[in-house]
Amino acid sequence: MSSGTELDALEADSVYILREARRCVRPLCLLWSMGKDSTALLWLARKAFLGNIPFPIVQLDTEMELPEVYAFRDRIAAEWQLDLRVELCPPESEADPELPPGARAAARKTAGLRRLLSANGYRGVILGIRRDEQAVRAKERVFSPRGPDGDWDFHNQPIELWDHYATDPPAGGHVRIHPLLDWTEVDIWRYHKRENIPFVPLYLERDGKRYRSLGEKNITEPIESTASTIDEMIAELEASHAPERAGRTMDHEREDAFERLRTAGYM
Amino acid sequence: MERPVRIAVAGHIDHGKSTLIGRLLHETGNLSKERFAEIELASRKRNGPIEWAYVTDALQAERDRVTPMTIDTSRIWLTWRGKKFQIIDAPGHREFVQNMVTGASEADGALLVVDAVEGAREQTRCHAYVLRLLGVNQLVLALNKFDALGYDRDRFESLAASCKSELAAMGFAALATVPISAREGENLVERSAVMPWYTGPALMEVLAAIQPRAKEVNDPLRLRVQDVYEVDGRVIAVGRVDSGVLALGDQVVLLPRGTNAVVDSIDRWPSSAEAIARAGESIGVTLGPPTTVERGDVIAHSEDAPKLEQQFRSICFWIGETPPSAGARFNAQFGPVTTAVTVTSVRNPLDTESLAAVGDGAVPRYAIVEVYLCATELVPLDFHGELSATSRFVLMNGGELVACGFVDAAVSAEPPENLTPKAHLLSGGDRQRRNGHTGAVIWMTGLPGAGKSTLAMALERKLFDAGANVFAIDGDRVRQGLNGDLGFSAKDRSENVRRVAEAAALFAEMGAIVIAALISPQERDRAVARRAAGRRFHEIFIDCDLETCERRDPKGLYKRARAAEIADFTGVSAAYERPFAPELVLDTAHSGVEQSVARLVEYVRRVTGLEEEKPLELSLSGQRTS
Ligand SMILES: Nc1nc2c(ncn2[C@@H]2O[C@H](COP(=O)(O)OP(=O)(O)O)[C@@H](O)[C@H]2O)c(=O)[nH]1
Ligand SMILES: [Mg+2]
Repeated sequence: MSSGTELDALEADSVYILREARRCVRPLCLLWSMGKDSTALLWLARKAFLGNIPFPIVQLDTEMELPEVYAFRDRIAAEWQLDLRVELCPPESEADPELPPGARAAARKTAGLRRLLSANGYRGVILGIRRDEQAVRAKERVFSPRGPDGDWDFHNQPIELWDHYATDPPAGGHVRIHPLLDWTEVDIWRYHKRENIPFVPLYLERDGKRYRSLGEKNITEPIESTASTIDEMIAELEASHAPERAGRTMDHEREDAFERLRTAGYM
Repeated sequence: MERPVRIAVAGHIDHGKSTLIGRLLHETGNLSKERFAEIELASRKRNGPIEWAYVTDALQAERDRVTPMTIDTSRIWLTWRGKKFQIIDAPGHREFVQNMVTGASEADGALLVVDAVEGAREQTRCHAYVLRLLGVNQLVLALNKFDALGYDRDRFESLAASCKSELAAMGFAALATVPISAREGENLVERSAVMPWYTGPALMEVLAAIQPRAKEVNDPLRLRVQDVYEVDGRVIAVGRVDSGVLALGDQVVLLPRGTNAVVDSIDRWPSSAEAIARAGESIGVTLGPPTTVERGDVIAHSEDAPKLEQQFRSICFWIGETPPSAGARFNAQFGPVTTAVTVTSVRNPLDTESLAAVGDGAVPRYAIVEVYLCATELVPLDFHGELSATSRFVLMNGGELVACGFVDAAVSAEPPENLTPKAHLLSGGDRQRRNGHTGAVIWMTGLPGAGKSTLAMALERKLFDAGANVFAIDGDRVRQGLNGDLGFSAKDRSENVRRVAEAAALFAEMGAIVIAALISPQERDRAVARRAAGRRFHEIFIDCDLETCERRDPKGLYKRARAAEIADFTGVSAAYERPFAPELVLDTAHSGVEQSVARLVEYVRRVTGLEEEKPLELSLSGQRTS
């Protein structure tokens, strides 16, 4: 009997975190982008709550996703009987015109999230970000308090140790919960394979290209690839060290682009 | 697939931790060319040579300084020779010690970086002490910046020696001490050509030897209930198995309420097929008969349940701005198990930055200090070194975390003012490693003539031959010394048991296997003995009917008791209370000495972890004993 494999340990800890979130933070929602991470997160939430997720699943919609992504959303939401809420993000014209184009798109999502929180009074948001995605995200906490504007005070993050998390949302603010923080991109794919979790086919090779990260169609580029199965994708990832978000323009427009996005409340 | 080995990089600010991580990533081929280009650009923009620290110092506030300064801990993955590591960068600045604690609490091992030009500084000591407290015992010392010292051998020898003695003062020892230059990449992956005098392993080779912390499957069961769900009318308690194994049908106890129950189901989704759950697994359980269960309850097996205490002494690492003082109230959180506590006394603070003892009145920030706590109710507890989930906690003052600590001992009442037990600088685990087994009290109880002393002496011989640190205490023997002042009144008999129990508990704490052979006829006295040794106590009932004992009558005492020459003789004129729930029962009326000893040896091996094939010397010299 195999106990204590890496995926088992990651899964058990994520389930623990989700259960803490449900117990200590209310009302709560989970953001689903239909990508590989947040879909794995949905699967983990079904495990944590023994089949039925007891809070709403929110998609922040820019209406710019690829058609396959919308098809996947509708299929899974029906099959898994999700309490799905689609929240339309404010138009780009409301975003800061000083920002470069990629960041402006991100700002739409940030604004959409802010609106979602204030309209519904959510005190906790569960997100599928990982430390290995980006050096700034590597500094995140599992329970990350946010100010009233969703701002992230990285100078003053709470201590986390021995199953202790700062679960109380700060006054007027909320707490972001990151159950996948310790997973790597390869872990996510291995888990998809082991658990047979469905994913958008765009991650697999078509005409010599595949999407490694799924963002809006105007700001995400597919990469060159020959990987047409999960195993081939994993092999490809292990051979290269190219950063995952390389296909996302918003991260690279200036050195601190991503840090600025996050301080302002981006996921 | 094993999980990555987690290594915390610690040390004083500017001693080169972040630089080392960046350079290690590069040297091991884990840094993509895109990341490298980004760092090169960021360094050039700031008009400097390449700053490897930017790999983890990704925040602008961390980069925009003369030398980079890490503010928050971050984690980064590294693969080397097929082995996976998760490297945890920790800030070295005094203000950010709490971030260092966050990073280090999950580490399997640590890399302590010391600037060889400066030598050990305040945060070097503080971090080393914190690592020790957090149980991160696999430590590697990297003495950095040897490029700035012309790769001087003498400096290495003298610094290595002084670091060694500072660590030894904390009861700590490094696995290896490696001279390096993080910036120039010397001695990181391969042994350096510029330090030919150094013949030890390169840094990565030492890191590769660090073992992941073992899962606590072989320990007693602890499951802290996180929440309770109702699914289709079933009440499911959910939580993570912190240690041990839970199986369907197990008889368990819920603490602190003390309810006994049976595990009716182990729930998982999508299938509940497996009837067993091991340490580390997040599960749900239903209990029968239906019983109240809440967040904060601890599920354990009744035979090795946690202690229930209201007052206890703890060893705390004090993080809060305000020092602890008697009367202060906090919330103690053992994960989901929480309780309000009042500080009753604060003792023996030690300043981790200077390693100096300071007066009881003034606890500096980042001190290690003994804090006596009184809870509002009984709390299920284990002691430091026994089990982690139920022995470590954080103290919260509202939303502020002011300390993290370990339960160190139970306190029966207010600590007497003139008693100040000092914390050990070594743990039960350290002693266990030296002895090859944990300490234990093997308490044999039974009628006179049941075979206690015979079995005790035979067992002692067997365990000794197997390499154990073992001692048998015989009831008659202590009557001549330690308890020479005691007679045979009921009160003296109880006192006799109590003293032997306390002495045995001390030996067991020292790591020895103590075999105590005492009639100890009263359940109440044996309970006292059990409390003295805690989890190390094992009650062995030497069960033999009175008739057989009387027939054996090795010392002719039954005859004299029947002749009324001896009063209050157990079995004849005084009662023997059969043990209520002994760990092991040996029926000596129906089985031979050989057989009973074999069962005892097997039992002791199991509970103390004494290895089957222990003493190397014996097999080398060829004189195997059987
Ligand atoms: N000469 C020399 N300087 C180093 C070395 N390692 C780090 N430094 C410098 O020491 C300073 C502090 O390094 P950093 O990695 O930020 O230290 P940290 O605070 O421990 O993370 C930086 O300016 C580094 O360039 C080394 O091996 N040799
Ligand atoms: Mg640093």
